[in-house]
Amino acid sequence: MKKTIIKVEDLKRSFVMGDEIVHALRGISFDIKEGEFVTIMGSSGSGKSTMLNILGCLDQPTSGTYEIDNVSVKELSKNQLASIRNEKIGFIFQSYNLLPRTTSIENVELPLFYNSNITSAERKEKAVESLKLVGLSDRLYHTPGQLSGGQQQRVAIARSLVNSPVVILADEATGNLDTKTSYEIMALFQKLNKQGKTIVFVTHEPDIAAFSSRTIVLKDGRIIKDELNDKVQSAEEALAKIKNVVD
Amino acid sequence: MRFLNLFKIAWKAIVLNKVRTFLTMLGIIIGVGSVIAMLAIGEGSKESIKTQISSMGSNMVTIRPGADMRGGVRMDASEMQSLTLSDFNTLKATAQNITAISPLVNGSGQAINGSNNWPTSIYGITPEYLTIKVWELSSGSIFTSAEVKSAAKVAVVGQTVVTNLFPNGEDPVGKTIRYNNIPLKIIGVLEKKGENTFGQDQDDVILAPFTTVQKRILAIDYLQSIVASAKSENDAPAAVEEISEILRKQHKIAEGQDDDFNVFSMEELISTFSSTSEMLTVLLVAIASISLLVGGIGIMNIMYVSVKERTREIGLRMAVGAKEADILMQFLIEAMMISITGGLIGVVLGLSSTIFIEKVLNWPTSVTSYSVVISFIVCAITGIFFGWYPARKAAALEPISALRYE
Repeated sequence: MKKTIIKVEDLKRSFVMGDEIVHALRGISFDIKEGEFVTIMGSSGSGKSTMLNILGCLDQPTSGTYEIDNVSVKELSKNQLASIRNEKIGFIFQSYNLLPRTTSIENVELPLFYNSNITSAERKEKAVESLKLVGLSDRLYHTPGQLSGGQQQRVAIARSLVNSPVVILADEATGNLDTKTSYEIMALFQKLNKQGKTIVFVTHEPDIAAFSSRTIVLKDGRIIKDELNDKVQSAEEALAKIKNVVD
Repeated sequence: MRFLNLFKIAWKAIVLNKVRTFLTMLGIIIGVGSVIAMLAIGEGSKESIKTQISSMGSNMVTIRPGADMRGGVRMDASEMQSLTLSDFNTLKATAQNITAISPLVNGSGQAINGSNNWPTSIYGITPEYLTIKVWELSSGSIFTSAEVKSAAKVAVVGQTVVTNLFPNGEDPVGKTIRYNNIPLKIIGVLEKKGENTFGQDQDDVILAPFTTVQKRILAIDYLQSIVASAKSENDAPAAVEEISEILRKQHKIAEGQDDDFNVFSMEELISTFSSTSEMLTVLLVAIASISLLVGGIGIMNIMYVSVKERTREIGLRMAVGAKEADILMQFLIEAMMISITGGLIGVVLGLSSTIFIEKVLNWPTSVTSYSVVISFIVCAITGIFFGWYPARKAAALEPISALRYE
């Protein structure tokens, strides 16, 4: 039996917009176990961003419970949430969110700056290791301006890995990339997943979801589909295919 | 450890925006620099006034006629005739707190030596005048009491008079000059004394027995003033008190009536000038402080823009684990680094411009350590004070909205 990393039960989240109450999430329950590669799909307004914010401890549910790595998030203060984000979660964003004019290494080191248990030597070592893992060992001292979109997203992935999180949360991580580069990034995610990383990937592109082992589909704040993917496509193979077409 | 990290982060942000940081600093640099320079100028002028007044004889007490009422008409000090020789004699005989005393009558006129002539003042005195003024002779000798008594036609001259009447460098001692057509035999030459506080050339003077000046030159029988030396600078107020008392008795001034004379010491003069220059210093510093304030507002402005501009970065930092306090500290440290670095450069600028002012403009300056310390502390506080609001603003951002900020 694999460890449960994320446990969500009857999660609700509503916002007050003027005098209207918007129910973004209307009772969501699911578990994610260690080593899973889950995509959360849904059209815009389905509540997937709200879901990701809560999973990422950037937002608190209105009701229901959320446990990450056996820690119930509900009772935590702002500072404790920050520590959870720092130690247990790796974030990847659609627009990379790298610090401009800052080298790859320094960008990757960023989360470790906020962890006082890590010395500057360890910090650098871990950053280099992460960048190696995403295949950028030759771009350590490049700044985002000197990197392509795919490379920038790899730096962002390296940053999400550097604190050895229990889960990586990706928000439309391929949204800004062309198909070929998207597949390259997905191949990287699959590789990381094989190494045991738990990944939650929010997207609205079905072909991206095909690379994951499980897909949760949201609509109007409810789960309408939650199924395992029996035929996980290999991003490497998909990549080879488009290359053939081009050739 | 954590603090050190925040320090590194702030340093990074400063280094990434060198030009902007420098321009922000400029306000602080100019502010601190001008505070230090202005204080140095103020202190310097205060000190130079003090030393110049002291060089005139810091324990000198001067008595002048004043507030003289003749039939209800107030008269100009120069016309008052309330000081007399008998006042002088009484003071000389009875005042305990003074060591030397001399009457003083002065007039102006033309000094002539052959084909050279020179307009100058003549002071009628007794030999004790030189003791009071702390003045030495460079050659010759001062006249004797007997010569004073007989109103002898002798004189001691100052350096400026010598240069103008004896342009060829001959020795003036023993020569006879004419002053307002009265022949005076030069028996001594005064040492050079230079300008006094008021820019007056103290060497442009002829000293003669007061009797000579009274009778032969001015044709008066009263004294224009009396100068005396208190036992020490500290005894000056007591001497002023004592002289007043003696003169009131002498002039038969009843209790409650105004004095018909003024007695004042150099000490009073010093404190008058000091308070004037102190006010000047306060004024200069106030102006300089305004520029420091403007510099501080500049920091606030830039920090505020910087927070806006880096909203997404702040969101990201929060997403990867920065706490509110971390963000607050980051921006506060950044503001303080700008203000303190600016302050340090400002100190250097202030000190070097002080040297410039001293060397090139020849203004007296004096840098006090407290001015450096205070302006430095003020600028550190400025950093915290003006950095606080933008930093608070940054720390209060919601990570979700900050991350999505466009």
